[in-house]
Amino acid sequence: MPRDTLTGSRIRERRVMAGIKQSELAKRADISPSYLNLIEHNRRRIGGKLLINIADALGVEPTSLTEGAETALLATLREAASNTDMGEGEFARVEEFAGRFPGWAALLAESQRRIETLQSSVEALTDRLTHDPHLAASLHEMLSTVTAIRSAASILAEPEDIEPEWQRRFNRNIYEDSARLADTSRSLAHYLEASDTEATETNAPQDEVDAVFNKTGFHIPALERDVADVEDVTAVLGEGVSHSARWLLHRTLRRYRDDAARMPLAVCADAVAETGSDPVALAARFGTDVASAMRRLASLPDDLLAEPVGLAICDGSCVTTFRKPLPDFPLPRLGAGCALWPLYRSLARPMMVHSEVMEQSARTSARYRAYAIAQPTGPVRAGQDVLFESHMLVVPEPSRDIAEPIHEVGLTCRICPNSSCEGRREPSIMGTTDARRF
Amino acid sequence: MSKQVLLIEDEPNIIEAISFILSRDGWTVKTHSNGADALDILRDRKPDVVILDVMLPGKSGYDILRELREDPVNAAMPVLVLTARGQSKDREIAERAGCNAFMTKPFSNADMLETVRRLAGT
Repeated sequence: MPRDTLTGSRIRERRVMAGIKQSELAKRADISPSYLNLIEHNRRRIGGKLLINIADALGVEPTSLTEGAETALLATLREAASNTDMGEGEFARVEEFAGRFPGWAALLAESQRRIETLQSSVEALTDRLTHDPHLAASLHEMLSTVTAIRSAASILAEPEDIEPEWQRRFNRNIYEDSARLADTSRSLAHYLEASDTEATETNAPQDEVDAVFNKTGFHIPALERDVADVEDVTAVLGEGVSHSARWLLHRTLRRYRDDAARMPLAVCADAVAETGSDPVALAARFGTDVASAMRRLASLPDDLLAEPVGLAICDGSCVTTFRKPLPDFPLPRLGAGCALWPLYRSLARPMMVHSEVMEQSARTSARYRAYAIAQPTGPVRAGQDVLFESHMLVVPEPSRDIAEPIHEVGLTCRICPNSSCEGRREPSIMGTTDARRF
Repeated sequence: MSKQVLLIEDEPNIIEAISFILSRDGWTVKTHSNGADALDILRDRKPDVVILDVMLPGKSGYDILRELREDPVNAAMPVLVLTARGQSKDREIAERAGCNAFMTKPFSNADMLETVRRLAGT
């Protein structure tokens, strides 16, 4: 798997910027110019003492040569490219682009995110026109009323004589129906105006809630107190969001409050100091279910855990209802993620705790332990079908040799290089793993 | 004896208007407003022409029509489907279900009369 492939490019970039000749740098680092040339074209791996020497010679920190652009940024850029017919050669240079022009790359990524958001709101609007039950019902009601009015009115308008009693009857019908029509059309107009204001907030409710958490963080001190008022917190955090987003936010915060009440912060601090980010251990400690423990871990302040953890929650239709991404483990904003994630697989084996080590294909060496469980969404009742929702906690793991198998997973099909994956649902834009090897 | 039309529709004022137009033309008009037991009524009454609304409480007009056609005895019963949805796919659904005529709301009284006459073969 390709690791960091760009150290060479960065060395070249720095050297050119500093106005040092290749031969000169080679001399300072005590290697041959041709070997430096190979390094600069990313054809030789570089690390250890030589890297430090070169960094010294360039007067930069060694890490500035090895650390590239963030993976989330690269993923977004690849998404952007996937909508075009960009050639494979150009496509392969995405890291180089992000490394050399970070500002432009961030701008492009931001535009890409904006496009996705707009696309989804266009889809939501189209959907509303075809599937909105309220709209359909109103139109049907209006057409029915118009039909009755038209029929009765043409009977009255005919030149033939109509008995006075029938005449009165149809007159009354028309009068009643026209009043009904006025009501329906007025309420339809109101409804459409309301949708209009909602539509100007181009985000899906889930996106708005994401934005709230990204702004305030996933730890909410106001809900950790003994007396925590979910309504108040919802009102403060949800200021300016749409009605649907506030509903979603309220639901999420109510759960937070319940979790916090069952697993008080002070006790959690002791627990994680002992067992780390292990939701099963935490659940055992408090006698709660594992999913609650996962949510609790994701809501702890960053300084309590060795490293922040990520969390995804999805419902039975695999739609993500909560997202706490990690910098190196972005969770897709639209559409589903990778079918290999235990988040989805656990729905097929409810109540079993999946625990496995995974790495993302085509990514830097970041490794994670994923815990996942599918649990009933509500109380279980005799003779009634149960709905499940799945939680997946993503805990960063050090990359060391382990006996446990490492599962290679993706982020989403389009930007995943694993060509032989059984779970693939659309072709990759990235070529095969082999082709990507430099 | 005058010919019988069975009007299956749940909107009272539409029922009244259609009944008036057809009765004046010499038809006997029976009406029914519920989809759930409409099929039983159809089988019992064996009307000369059926006017069938699609959006009925209890059961959709399409389902009623499909089940009606399953019985060979009723395969030829003339049915006019009446609906507020006039897209080509709605017409297709109605035709596949076995309707003899298709009319969208709002309709003109003259068209309604003419279609019913045509379906009865008079």
